[in-house]
Formats: sequence, structure tokens, C-alpha cells
Amino acid sequence: MRGTLRIAFKLLINDKGKFAALLVGITFAVFLMVMMTSMFAGILHRSTATVINIGAKIWVMDSAVNTVASSIPMPDYILDAVRSIDGVKYAVPLYSGAALVKLQSGVYQAATVIGLDDASLFGRPALIEGRIEDIYVENAFIVVKDSEFPKLDNPQLGSEFEINDHKAVILGIAKVTSSGLFGIPTLYTTYKRAIQYIPSTRYTISYILIEPKSADAVQNIKLQVKNLGYEALTKDDFIHKISMFYKYQTGLGINVLLMTVISFIVGLSISGQTFYTFILENLEKFGALKAIGAKGRELVYMIMFQATFTCLTGYGLGIGLSSLIIAFAKLRLPSYAARITYGNLAFAFVMVLIIAGISSYIGIRKVIKIEPFDIFRG
Amino acid sequence: MADLAIKADELVKWFGEGDAKTVAVKDVSFEAYFGEMLYIEGPSGSGKTTLLSMISGILRPNSGRVTVEGKEIWSLPADQIADFRLNTVGFVFQDYHLFPRLTTVENVAIPLILKKVDWNESLRMSLQYLEVVGLKDRAQLTPTKLSGGEQQRVAIARAIVSSPDILIFDEPTASLDGDTGRRIVDFVKKNILNEKRCILIVTHDSRIFEYADRIMKMEDGKITGVVKGGVREE
Repeated sequence: MRGTLRIAFKLLINDKGKFAALLVGITFAVFLMVMMTSMFAGILHRSTATVINIGAKIWVMDSAVNTVASSIPMPDYILDAVRSIDGVKYAVPLYSGAALVKLQSGVYQAATVIGLDDASLFGRPALIEGRIEDIYVENAFIVVKDSEFPKLDNPQLGSEFEINDHKAVILGIAKVTSSGLFGIPTLYTTYKRAIQYIPSTRYTISYILIEPKSADAVQNIKLQVKNLGYEALTKDDFIHKISMFYKYQTGLGINVLLMTVISFIVGLSISGQTFYTFILENLEKFGALKAIGAKGRELVYMIMFQATFTCLTGYGLGIGLSSLIIAFAKLRLPSYAARITYGNLAFAFVMVLIIAGISSYIGIRKVIKIEPFDIFRG
Repeated sequence: MADLAIKADELVKWFGEGDAKTVAVKDVSFEAYFGEMLYIEGPSGSGKTTLLSMISGILRPNSGRVTVEGKEIWSLPADQIADFRLNTVGFVFQDYHLFPRLTTVENVAIPLILKKVDWNESLRMSLQYLEVVGLKDRAQLTPTKLSGGEQQRVAIARAIVSSPDILIFDEPTASLDGDTGRRIVDFVKKNILNEKRCILIVTHDSRIFEYADRIMKMEDGKITGVVKGGVREE
């Protein structure tokens, strides 16, 4: 078998023009598919940035909440009720809202404000400058140094600005795991200061963050919170809920899916057609092999090997090219969201195998039908 | 009397159905022997290539039997017929059907590779056969860089590399000028034919008739006579 596959390999790669066209087709398709799905993965990841950065194990919210930004405030007694649930180690409030920041230049800039529980500062970010305890200093805010940081005029420790006519001062610069989706900077402060500075509704708790006593307690906590008329989601559940919202309720998912399908069809068309032409051009040779004594299944293996080898090589090139471009884009554009995940790679791999399968099938159908007698007859 | 290599009994082959039915071979019977170079000669459309295809395990007859080395080939399953073609028969096609993307030596090695001989060993053996046909120095060239006569010899080397007992040539001189054609057939007769091998040649090129042991004449799908040593037998 190895010998016939080697013949197949040589027949393939020695036809440099066709081989190059096949590789270009597959590489291009993989590149497009990976770019589209990576972009989508990046957007989804960013949409869940707050959940990832805060890191709480359980989030309590109104069941109508679809994203972190669309929180529905809860009354304070819910916090007390949650704290009394069996299996809750501790529960703290979290404020999450948007505010307009007036910079020293007089320019207004929208920002996300996260208000951390005053007592525990649960969910606090890692600081790269300043001290976390300074968050208790009057008017103190911590700014996240991410791709949106320059929009606040690259603040430093001591930089001042206004929020809703309140003076604010930067006393810490933080880094977080993930940047937000909406292209606005993020500020951290205490919960009390957040609701004091930002115009609020009657209820002010955006989320209640729970640390369960054990993993076994999670189900009971969920049930008890449900009995209170709210929803308790684990971190992964909340991320999943946000992803589902963006995938199926915003049109984002269907648009990316359409683009991915188009990429797949483009790749399939180019490679399928080129492979078909390649098979047609070699049809007599396959017939000659059959006449000489090659069995039908050996020819099938040869064609499958050619298609698979081409597709996997194109897959590697496509992944390499998209990785390079994403890495380069991220260097130049810090807000570029694309993110290659194992899921993207697996998806593109499956699509490429489908392309290989269909291309093989087209070729195999022709080769199986060729009669050695047709070759003999000339 | 030499051993019997091929026995064809009342072979019939038709193509198409109804009004479009054409009978290409009609009740043809003949025998071929080891050590013999047997020509099948006749005008285009006389059924000689169809006959050769049925004998070599390529085209199934509608009726009749083909026995090669005592084995009735059309009673074998498909895989064994493919093995029969691989192990017992060597083909030299009219258009050679060499692989332009492979080197000459790789082209010659194809039957050995199909027989699962190791790649390097196949090339080594093929090189020996290229030497037999005088093309060892062309081993690493692709067939497109060879002349028609050289390509013919590569095709011969490919046909004999797995030492088949039956060699089949389809119009071996059709693409060659007269001198080259004669030289090739002369070479085959002197170097390839032996007492353990039977060679069948389909041709209508009278310039190479002098090399035949017997010439079987076909017309309208029937054998109309056999000439041996210039004498008509029947």
C-alpha cells in the first residue's frame, strides 16, 4: 500500500500547477473559516469579559438578563436572603453600570464602572500600579489598562476627571484577563461610591456574587434563588447564556455562520473543481493502472490519499496564515477581538475533511467507472 | 510441441443492445503457445483489440472461455482477475500510457509496486530492465523528454519487469516510423521472447510481419485464417 500511495503522492505533487491551485483553494477556505470563527469567538469572549475578570463562582441576577451590561437591579433584601441560603459561604453585591466621564480636556468619554463590595473587594483586579487599599481613599478609582485605556487620555496615578459632577482620581492601574466588547474603558471603585456617583434606580444591586461552601451546594443554591424569583448561574452557565444570546438573538451568529458557510463553499468549489480536473487529466493513467492489475480499492485509496494530503496541507497553511495575520493585527490593533480556539481549529478541520471527502467522492466516482478496455482501445 | 499458453474457446463479444447491437467477436477459438510470437492482424474494427482484451482479463466475453496456463480466467472473482493481469500478463499499450509526472524508472517500477515490492527494490529491479531495453541512462528523466521509440521501450520494460508469462502488444508500431518499429519488434523477438513466454501482438503493420511465428487474420470479428512461416494453414 505504501508504494501505491507514494505513486499517488508523486502524481499529485509533481503536477505543480494543479497542486498549487488545490492548496490555494483549501488554504483560502481554511483562512476565511478560521478568521470568521475566530472573530466570532473573540467577540463572544469579550462579551463575557466581566464574568471572566470578576471570577465569581455563582452569579445571581434577574432571569431576563442576557448580558453583563444589561443587568436588572435587584433589591437589597435579596442579598440578605441569598446570604441565608444553606451552602452559601458568602455573598456580595456587585454594581455594573455605564457612566460618562468628563476628562480634563473637557471631552466626555463613556466608561463601564464596576462597583466592588466595600468590605471584601471581591472580584478586584490585579494592579500593575498603585495599591488596592487606596480604593477606599476619597474619590478613588482604578482604571483598567487595556486596549481602551488611551480613550481616557492615558491616565496615570493621580490623574483626575469627573463623573456626574463628582471629582474622581485614579489611584490604581489594573490589568485584566479580557477586554470588554463595547470599546469603552473600564473603571473599578467601591460599590458605595459607584451608586453614589452614578445616577441609579431605586434598586442598585446589579449582581450578587456567591462563593458556595462546596460544589455540592450549587444545585441547592440555584433552587433556593429560583424560589426567590431570581436566577443563579455558575460562571460557565452565565458565559454560556451570554454566548447563546449573541449567537441566536442578535443576528451576529447567523451572519458569521453565513460567512463561514460561504468560505466553505468557496473552498469546496475551488478544490472540488480543481481536483475533478486533476482526476480527469489522469483518468487514462488510472485506467492504465487498472489494466496493469491495480484493484479498484487501491485506486480509491490513492485518490483519498491525494485529497486528504492536499486538504491537510491546505489546513496547516490556512491555520498558519490566519494565526500570523491575527497575531500581526493584534500587535497593530489592540482592540482586535479575533481569538483562535481549539473549537475553531476543530471546526475548520471537520470542514476540511468534508471538502476532502466530497472531492474524493467526485474523483472516485469517475475512476471506479473507467474500464481498462477503454484504455486498451485507445 | 511447446506448452499451451492460451486457449480461447468460442469467444463471443457484442456491444450495445437492440438495433445498436454490434457483434465485435464471433465464435473465435484459437491456441497460443509458449515461445511463440503470435500476431493478430486485420483491418480497423475487425475485433482484434476486443479479442486481445478478453484474453488478457480486461474485457469479459458474453460467451466462451479463456484458459491461460490451465486456468479459466473469467470464472475467477474480480480481485483474482486483477491479480491475473498483474502477475501473468504484461501490457504494452498503443499510446504507451506512461505517467508523465513520474520518472522513467518509476514508470517501469509500477507493476512491482502494485505487487507490493519495496519501493527501493522496485526501482533497483526496474533499472536492470531499463538496461535491458538500453535506457539505463534515461532512468531519471520523465517520459516527456524521451523520443517515441524510447517511450515504447520504457513501456516494454514496464511490461516485462514483473516477468509475466504472457506479453500483449497493442499496435506497437502505430506511433513509430518504419525503421524504429522494426527495430523495436526485432529487439522484442531477440531479447524478450523465450520458451517460457508467449507474445501476442495486435497489428495491421505489414512491415513487421517477418518477425511473427504465426499471423492470425481477423475480419468482421472472425478468424479468417492463420499464416505460419508465410504458409497459409487453414
